[in-house]
This record gives sequence, C-alpha cells and structure tokens, in this order.
Amino acid sequence: MERDDIIEYSLDAHHSEEVGKKIRRKILLVTAILTVITAFEVAVGALVHQDSPAWKVVKLIFIALTLLKAGYIVLVFMHLGDEKKILKYCILVPYFIFIIYLIFISLTEANAVHTAWETYGG
Amino acid sequence: MAGHATTHVDTATAWGGKVSPFNVSYGKLMMWFFLVSDALTFGGLLVAYGYTRHTTQSAWPIGEETFDSLPFLGHGYPLMYVALMTFILIVSSVTMVLAVEAGHRMDKKGVMKWMIATIIGGFFFLGSQAWEWSHFIHGSQFGNVEIMSGEHTGSRAIVKGHFGDLESFTIVQAGSNHKVGDVIKETPDELFHHFRTAVMNGQVKDGKITLDDGSVATWKKKNDEHMELIIKTDGTGHSLSKTTKIHGKDAEAKYWESVNSGKKGTIIYGADMTNNEYGPAQYGQFFFFITGFHGFHVFSGVIINILIFLGVARGTYHKRGHYEMVEKTGLYWHFVDLVWVFVFTFFYLV
Repeated sequence: MERDDIIEYSLDAHHSEEVGKKIRRKILLVTAILTVITAFEVAVGALVHQDSPAWKVVKLIFIALTLLKAGYIVLVFMHLGDEKKILKYCILVPYFIFIIYLIFISLTEANAVHTAWETYGG
Repeated sequence: MAGHATTHVDTATAWGGKVSPFNVSYGKLMMWFFLVSDALTFGGLLVAYGYTRHTTQSAWPIGEETFDSLPFLGHGYPLMYVALMTFILIVSSVTMVLAVEAGHRMDKKGVMKWMIATIIGGFFFLGSQAWEWSHFIHGSQFGNVEIMSGEHTGSRAIVKGHFGDLESFTIVQAGSNHKVGDVIKETPDELFHHFRTAVMNGQVKDGKITLDDGSVATWKKKNDEHMELIIKTDGTGHSLSKTTKIHGKDAEAKYWESVNSGKKGTIIYGADMTNNEYGPAQYGQFFFFITGFHGFHVFSGVIINILIFLGVARGTYHKRGHYEMVEKTGLYWHFVDLVWVFVFTFFYLV
C-alpha cells in the first residue's frame, strides 16, 4: 500500500546547488555582520568607561546591538524567518510577553529595594 | 493492509493529523518548544543578575577591568579574550548552518566536513572557558586590598599593575626545616605560592613571613611596576559607582601596609563561592552559575553533535532521505550561541 500519511514539509524540501549558493552567500554575509558588531562592541567597551557621561547611551547601544545579533541568529541561522508566520509568532510572542514582564517587574522591584536601603541603611 | 498498523512510524508520521498547521515536523516543533523554555531559564538567570546588580549597594565590577588578560600575554587586553570566545562560538554556529545547508543538498560529505568543524569549534570554546574559569579563580598576584590608613580606610580596592617577582626568602628565625641564614631560592611562582598562602593566613607581618614549618623569613623581590589602586564607592545612579584611583608610590605604600598588617582577610586573592577579588560576593556566584550553566549547555551540545555526526557518517540520515536531525541539533547549537550573545552583553559589556 502506498503511504499517504507523510506530510510534505517546506523546509524538508531539498534545494539545488544554485539555491545553495545563494543561501551560503547569505550565511557568510550574516557572519560578517555578527563579527563586525562584536568587534565594534569590544572596541567601544574598552574605550568608553562606565564613569563617563556617554555611558548611559553606550549601554543602550549595546543592548540594541545585542538584540540585532540575536535577531540575525534566530531568523537566519535558526531559519525562523523562513518558517510559517504562525510558527514564528507562536515562538516569539509568548516569550517576549513573559520576558518583558519579568524584566519590568524585577528591575522595578530592584530599584525600589535599592532606594529603601539607601534611605534607611542596609 | 487495512487494520494493520505500520511497524515503522517515523517522526513525520507520528504527527497523525496529516495537516501540520506549522508546516514542520513534530520533532522540530518540540525542539522549538524546548528552546523557548530553556531561553526562559536563561532569561530568568540574567534577570536575577540584573536584580542583584540594581539592588546592590557596593560598587559592581566592570567587565573590562575584571577580564583584561590573554593567555601568555598577561594583563592589559580588556575584553579581548571574551571577544575571541564569542568569535569562536559565532564561527562554530556558522559551520553548523553550513552543515544544515549541505544536508538540504543531500551532500553527505559536506555535512560531515562542517559538523567536524562545528565540534572542533565547540571544544575550542570549552577549552577557552576552562582557561577563563581558572584565571578567574586564581586571580591576580596583587589580589584585592583593604585600605588601612588615610581617607579611604576600610574601603577595598582592586589592584592593577605588574607584581615584581619574588627572588628569595632569607630565614631569620629557625623552624623545623630551616636554620637561621638559609636562603630559599625557588621559581618566582613557587615563592609566590608560599607568599600568597601566608598572606591569606595572616602570617605576613612587618616585612617578615612565617613559613609552613614555623620558620620566619624576610623576602627579596623585584619592584612592582605601574601599581594602581582602584577604589569604588557606590554612586547615585544604582549600579554606577564613583571611582578613585591611586597611583605609584602612594599606591605601593598603601598596598604593602595592608600586606604587612598580619591581619587575615586584608587581601583577597582570586575567587571562590564566598568571596572574590573583583567585587561583591554575588558577582562571583553569578559568574560561576551563569557561565557554568551556559558551558554545560555547550558541553552537551558538543556531545549531541558528536552523536549526530556518527549518524551522518553511518549514513542513517542519507537512507532516511533527509537530514532533518542535523537541522534539529543545529537549532540547539545556535541557541547556545544565542545565549552567549546575551551573557556577553550583560556580564562583560554593560
């Protein structure tokens, strides 16, 4: 009997050498981007000190660059960008809801604790 | 034949519903779910680190001051080593994605080649981390000093610079192994080992060191160079700290005054679970926990990669008609890289 119960998956579909070439070029481009970002971060980290007035901005830039790197890794290396939209959002949306809430609640609480210690001594 | 279950149920079949809303196989979907939960674990750890850092009253260490060494080259290379580790992990992620790509072309040799590269990259990363831990635990030759006089009395300072090599100990009071006038000549590292132990036990006082056997000695050493004491006091903006730096002769006087005080705990060397020379105790604890947990993920990733590599070499996936197993382990391996990107930022940079 012929099997009729195997589902065809888009990413299981094999690709040809030409398509592979394109994919490899994209991979190398992303590698270059990740390397340049990391080198930039290290250079800035070594040059700008935490007591300098620019630090607050630098910190935000670091976080933005980290999210950019994470985006490239998840969407290109892990192919989440090529998956169906519904899968992409089922993975990303719940995670971001939880983690943003966690960051918000923890840092708010931490700052309150810090202020309390500063005010009343610890 | 109707009514007979097929004996070979592969993962694709096991979905059972025929139509996959996500258009991925069961195994891959479950890998994604696992990664989400694991990402929440790491997220929780990093948020806990942020919490501690925001509540803490004592000044938090700065990445480029704590991690400024390279193997064989010593100090003065802020963040270079961590950058190298990051680069190694990024490259091994790239070789993994190339293995996945080769799998899509059913190129068995290509998959094998890139998987070997990935495994080697993983081992390199683990080795680097071992060096980093060892360096973190042993610490610098100066350690962290409690200042005993002047306006900063009672503050602790981290010490930068070059510790002059110890040359010899000269016995001035006999013990069970040495008599007066003996000169102990060992390598600077061996002498330093005795010296460090004695300082930690409060057995160095007024230029004299009490050795294991009870004998007392004076020491001869080369001059320290470029010594700098960095004192941090809590600033107003939460984790930001106010930094005071003492250089040169003043720094040397203050440092050696504390060494020669004969008091236990004035100098803290390296790091363990209760104390470290870099900053608050929680700093060391989070370092061990977060980088350790990540390192454990890398280690298990390498093991899984090796197992899958063997499967590739044996032709298991080629016979199956697709290399989805390589893709799934690839997902895990990229995840490990992803976590490191965040650890790198929040532990070393910010």
